[in-house]
Amino acid sequence: MTATTASGITVRPLDVGAMVKEAGITALVIFALSAALVGFETTDIPGGIGINTRFDDVAVVVILGFVGRIALVLLRQHRPGPVLIGAPLMAVAMLLMLLAEPLFGPETAVAIAPFVPFQDPVVLWGLLIVTVIILVRAVLSRRHLDSEETAEAREVRMDSIAAQVQRAARFLGPLLLVLAVIFPFMPMANRQMLDIGILVITYIMLGWGLNIVVGLAGLLDLGYVAFYAVGAYSFALLATYFDYSFWICLPFAGLMAALAGVILGFPVLRLRGDYLAIVTLGFGEMIRVILLNWYEFTGGPDGLSGIPRPSFFGIAEFSRRSENSFHGMFGLEYSSLQRIIFLYYLILAMAMVVNLFTMRIRKLPISRAWEALREDETACRSLGINPRNTKLTAFGIGAMFAGFAGSFFATRQGFISPESFTFIESAVILAIVVLGGFGSQIGVVVAAALLIGLPEFFRELQQYRMLAFGMAMVLIMLWRPAGLLAHREPTIRLFGRGGRAEAES
Amino acid sequence: MQDTFAYFLDQLINGLTLGSIYGLIAIGYTMVYGIIGMINFAHGEIFMIGSFVAIITFLLLGIAGVTWIPLALLIVLITSMVLTSIYGWALERVAYRPLRGSPRLAALITAIGMSIFLQNYVQLLQGARNKPMQPVISGGITVLQDQDYVVSLSYMQMMIIVVTLVLMTGFTLMIARTSLGRAQRACEQDRNMAALIGVNVDRTISLTFVVGAALASVAGMMFLMYYGVIDFFIGFLAGIKAFTAAVLGGIGSLPGAMLGGLLIGLIEAFWSGYFTVEYKDVAAFSILVLVLVFRPTGLLGKPDIEKV
Repeated sequence: MTATTASGITVRPLDVGAMVKEAGITALVIFALSAALVGFETTDIPGGIGINTRFDDVAVVVILGFVGRIALVLLRQHRPGPVLIGAPLMAVAMLLMLLAEPLFGPETAVAIAPFVPFQDPVVLWGLLIVTVIILVRAVLSRRHLDSEETAEAREVRMDSIAAQVQRAARFLGPLLLVLAVIFPFMPMANRQMLDIGILVITYIMLGWGLNIVVGLAGLLDLGYVAFYAVGAYSFALLATYFDYSFWICLPFAGLMAALAGVILGFPVLRLRGDYLAIVTLGFGEMIRVILLNWYEFTGGPDGLSGIPRPSFFGIAEFSRRSENSFHGMFGLEYSSLQRIIFLYYLILAMAMVVNLFTMRIRKLPISRAWEALREDETACRSLGINPRNTKLTAFGIGAMFAGFAGSFFATRQGFISPESFTFIESAVILAIVVLGGFGSQIGVVVAAALLIGLPEFFRELQQYRMLAFGMAMVLIMLWRPAGLLAHREPTIRLFGRGGRAEAES
Repeated sequence: MQDTFAYFLDQLINGLTLGSIYGLIAIGYTMVYGIIGMINFAHGEIFMIGSFVAIITFLLLGIAGVTWIPLALLIVLITSMVLTSIYGWALERVAYRPLRGSPRLAALITAIGMSIFLQNYVQLLQGARNKPMQPVISGGITVLQDQDYVVSLSYMQMMIIVVTLVLMTGFTLMIARTSLGRAQRACEQDRNMAALIGVNVDRTISLTFVVGAALASVAGMMFLMYYGVIDFFIGFLAGIKAFTAAVLGGIGSLPGAMLGGLLIGLIEAFWSGYFTVEYKDVAAFSILVLVLVFRPTGLLGKPDIEKV
């Protein structure tokens, strides 16, 4: 008995046995995964560790896994009916549990507490979101029974969206820039918002810097944070030992980082992708270990403090009591926000320099050589491009920008320690570049806003932040492996845009 | 004291013990790299999960009153291997299989994401504090006595080296003799061709992850027993070191992984013994860079011929 809907999709009879078997296997796997780590909790007791049990959580997780798998199977077989009934019920039940206290008062909340799974409501909120997503999928599949999308079709659609965004970036970019420029004067721009803005732009700048290395030259660098650290420490050491100002130290810091890039790059750049990745990762760790242990010079784990704040281009200071203070010079009231706003504009300007540099250099032969090397190294060799020197330039330039960002970081914090330069930073920056779609400037902005800006608003969920961050990295990659806004336009066309090549197609 | 033979022997024993643990983890990296050409960055986390499963099982056995040590060790070993290998299986299934055929970087990013996820998952469930454990096996034999400097080989170190040897032998035999090993080698050479002649490629890749995770869990259990303390972050450094070992030995080569592991362990032990403890990681990585510069395929790796 095979029913065919009006739109031509065949709905096969439901094989309940197979469905239950599939869901049962899922439940079994979830049980095996959660039995030890969820079921038992190691706790600190005097003189060792004790153990607590959480069997109820395991049971809930297993049941949810079973039910969820059944829902997915039903959706896959175009039978959203039961899901449309079950998912709202579950969502309402979870909402009632979560909002028991504000809705029905504390007595009810205490009364139902033994029936509420998980100690932390955040887990329940997360499950609620998953339920809603399943529900939305069920509703969609009911409405577009005919528009079952294949993976390729979705890829094509996403690519065209990315292409549109990139085309729109020509207008969107300046618009975003204008927004960024007027942002500090908006009413909502308080200290916290400005700090988040500075953080996001710092990562955008780092992302753009790494984009030159990974996106354009195709060199997988897992130790980018090392150059960030070199820049920060060069700046901090120059500024504290020799008392030079920010504006003198900045170019030196960039230069030192570039030098570090070239010194590292020289021996290792002839390695293939993955080897390069692991060597750069090792290098990043080496720099951190050296910073941590060279106590006399870098302060070791204590770090360096008392790094001077930047002045207003050496003309005025951002302090309340100063001969030539910024507010005195412009006849303003003193406000501690002035320095923050200045820092904000500083990093914005630095990031824009990187962006402009990348946009311009893409039109130069050197960038053409990078992109060609990324695509086919053997062909480049036979065309007379020196791979080592070409890669070295990309590596050095990328490192230089990291160095600039590092000195900004040092002057903004006023304190640096090796803690700030762990591998996770490299991973975050690389994730920004890859998730944004290699080589896409606007993609980096979107990814940085998503990965850095968004979690900042959920500071209270501190302990879940990195968990969600890791999960987001995985999910975005599964959803769109080439990166969110990946779309590759040819950098140069034989006959120009809209020329013969396009006219013929 | 540093120039005596006894001191040298002491460092040699330490290095071999440490190297055995690295070697067991490195096999997981090298197998996965050999078969699907990706760096399974989350493998260090699998090792960490193995050690956590082991410590929980030890505690439960303590409560249950299992006091005969060989039996306890066997139970812990089996529990840890089984539960951890399911993590390895699920990792491949959820995070890597959908990305097969995607750009290599995508899989690497997913692996890094999984690594961050698993670290925080364990931290959330088990807490961020160190988890200490009483030594299970104590005592040892004196190998050499030079005046008042005693070189001893503890039973724990003996067990680590012996277990590693046994597992390595078994594993080598598995690759060389069994049908799974044959399928594994076939997939490594050419996945499409293997599929054409009837090898179930998906299953083989899954089993590769399972075996790699099982070996890593043994390493995790021995790490726990040897050092007596673990936390959710141990997977990161151990993972990097083991990957370094795999690259050093020639990635894709199984004897290479073991050799690389032993070398990294020895380098660390001797560097700590004769120079400075602080810079032992720097030493390991410097050696890696040197090897890659002069022999880019690693010590036992096959040269990678690029076809155009």
